[in-house]
Amino acid sequence: MQDLIVLEAGRRERHYWLDLWRYRELFRVLAWRDLAVRYKQTAIGVLWALIRPFLTMLVFTIIFGQLARLPPDGTAPYPLMVFAGILPWTFFSSGLSEASNSLINNANLISKVYFPRLIVPMATVVVAFVDFLISFLILVLLMAWYNFLPDWRMLLLPVFIVLAFFASVGPAVWITALNVKYRDFRYVLPFIVQFGLYVSPVGFSSNVVPEQWRLLYSLNPMVGIIDGFRWCILGGQSELYLPGLAMSIGLTAFFLWFGIQRFRKMENSFADLI
Amino acid sequence: MSDAVITIENLSKRYLLGHRSGGRGHNTLRDVITRGARNFARKAVDVFQGRQVVQGDEVEEFWALKNVSFAIQQGEVLGIIGRNGAGKSTLLKILSRVTEPTEGRVLVRGRVSSLLEVGTGFHPELTGRENIFLNGAILGMRQREIHKKFDEIVSFAGVERFIDTPVKRYSSGMYVRLAFAVAAHLEPEILIIDEVLAVGDAEFQKKCLGKIDEVSRRDGRTVLFVSHNLGAITSLCPNVIWLEHGSICEQGPTRPIIDRYLAHKISKDTIVLLTQFSRPPDWDDRLRLETLEWISGLPLRHGESVRARIRFRTRVPLAQVSIGIGFSTFDGRRLLTYETDFQDGLRPSINRPGVHSVDVTIDSLPLPPDLYDLDLGSKSGDSHQLDYLPSAIGLEIIPGLNTPGYIVNKDAGVRLASEWKWDLECETTSTFAPLSSLTVADCSTGRRASRDT
Repeated sequence: MQDLIVLEAGRRERHYWLDLWRYRELFRVLAWRDLAVRYKQTAIGVLWALIRPFLTMLVFTIIFGQLARLPPDGTAPYPLMVFAGILPWTFFSSGLSEASNSLINNANLISKVYFPRLIVPMATVVVAFVDFLISFLILVLLMAWYNFLPDWRMLLLPVFIVLAFFASVGPAVWITALNVKYRDFRYVLPFIVQFGLYVSPVGFSSNVVPEQWRLLYSLNPMVGIIDGFRWCILGGQSELYLPGLAMSIGLTAFFLWFGIQRFRKMENSFADLI
Repeated sequence: MSDAVITIENLSKRYLLGHRSGGRGHNTLRDVITRGARNFARKAVDVFQGRQVVQGDEVEEFWALKNVSFAIQQGEVLGIIGRNGAGKSTLLKILSRVTEPTEGRVLVRGRVSSLLEVGTGFHPELTGRENIFLNGAILGMRQREIHKKFDEIVSFAGVERFIDTPVKRYSSGMYVRLAFAVAAHLEPEILIIDEVLAVGDAEFQKKCLGKIDEVSRRDGRTVLFVSHNLGAITSLCPNVIWLEHGSICEQGPTRPIIDRYLAHKISKDTIVLLTQFSRPPDWDDRLRLETLEWISGLPLRHGESVRARIRFRTRVPLAQVSIGIGFSTFDGRRLLTYETDFQDGLRPSINRPGVHSVDVTIDSLPLPPDLYDLDLGSKSGDSHQLDYLPSAIGLEIIPGLNTPGYIVNKDAGVRLASEWKWDLECETTSTFAPLSSLTVADCSTGRRASRDT
């Protein structure tokens, strides 16, 4: 007996996650497409993924390290510390902003074929992840340059990468769904991302935040993730602020649940609104 | 249990449309500001309550489908006909799960593949090869399946030489052929096709129809087929459903229904009341087209003269008025336009409100014998729409007394008068190549079209 599909108003898919699994090939193909066209018809191609974070690191090192003379974590070289912050931040912010526009950019697909819509923003985050892997190369070079050897903590880095992935997916799916209905978010988001770069501890260590404000500061989920990255990459030089990390994990989980739940609520009407 | 693969019960679909109140009463700065403020307040409330934002001053409900019920049996090939806006595409969108119904429900048994557009998701930067895999995955094919059929797809499309070229460098014909070739190799249990054959050249269309026919006959697949091409419907589908204003008008064996559909659609009245057609409620009402009279009579004949009179009523004095009629194919492609201001650029100002008329004479109707939709419209100035009736009436153009056979067979398209000068003096002594071979440029190979997907 073939499976029976019932289409009616307001019906929630019973096999939502199973359906998502069945469409994993489309997910792979869409992610591959986004990757394949990303640097088409650019002169230096994939080098862009290296140049942008590298220049950001230079500027932040000069402004925060040299001019403002903010202290690094322990004895770690300032550029290295900055770069350990730029890595997760760039991953988070480019994942968030690209995924937020993903549904609108794929409007022709949404209005012509059925597939679980969640695939689209998720596939875009994969692209951000590949950029992340490429710019990881700079980190390796920097470490070699400063003769900085990582220790066992480096092995825990994947945990924080996964955390950063979910931290960007959660808000991204919510905003991309809202974006379909209210295009205002297209203009709000770049502003939020730019703002976030300065309120998150990217150019400086979160140690410069006074102790009594530390927990409040950790309400930004990226604080815990960036601290985690530094803890893994800089060996013993950076300390992990555990309440902040717990807060970060909690908020990420909440946004992930909230984002997906809102997304699913609006999903069925995307084709009519886009 | 019956072996219906698709069961549709009381299906309805509502859309919200926004309108701008046109024309009068909104011309002062104060009006503009109050209207803007009111709109802003309404949108803010909409966002706050999570409702859809609709542009415009007034929101109207529009039922694209209303209480549609029917069932499709296993292996049936069903055609769907109806005017533009009758709800055909909405129905297919619901069946392919792109959009959900507002009321009613659908039971679907089996894997559905829908082809609502040729080349959905094609990316111009990617090569033909890459796009086959991309498009295949989007249409629901497994990668393994695509690998297996890859060569077949490429040769069906006839693009072997260009398979590693980005599709943005393809001609539009190659693009369409490649796109359809992928779709034609789908193997779903239920195939839904919407008007995709309107593109592509006649020969390729035939090839595609043959492929669809083969798929449905040999493999016993269920096919739902929407087209304005009544010939294709007749040859493919034993049964049709005729949709009109979102409801089923008739359903059953194809031949008699298509005959009645044409009889219904093709106007035989020499005077057509244009006031009977509904306009949007807030449409600019300063001018209304009222009647169209075929002074030279119906049916229209190819190559012969046509005279018609359009009466219209104005409510207030109007400046720079022009009126036009257009002939379109049933799928909405405009072929021919006649406008009052074409020849002399003259657009009269109409100072006295009341009923006026304008006559048009077409010396020799150039469109080949076929069925057409007639559009009527009126403008003020270059762009302000006063009245517009798209696809208002269906018309049949029949061969005239002097229509040659190749026009009737649609081999020659539109044939217009032109001036030719023969030069039959021989120039065999010339050392240069004959003049004719220099001036003949091959236009067919230089054409390139890029596409947005």
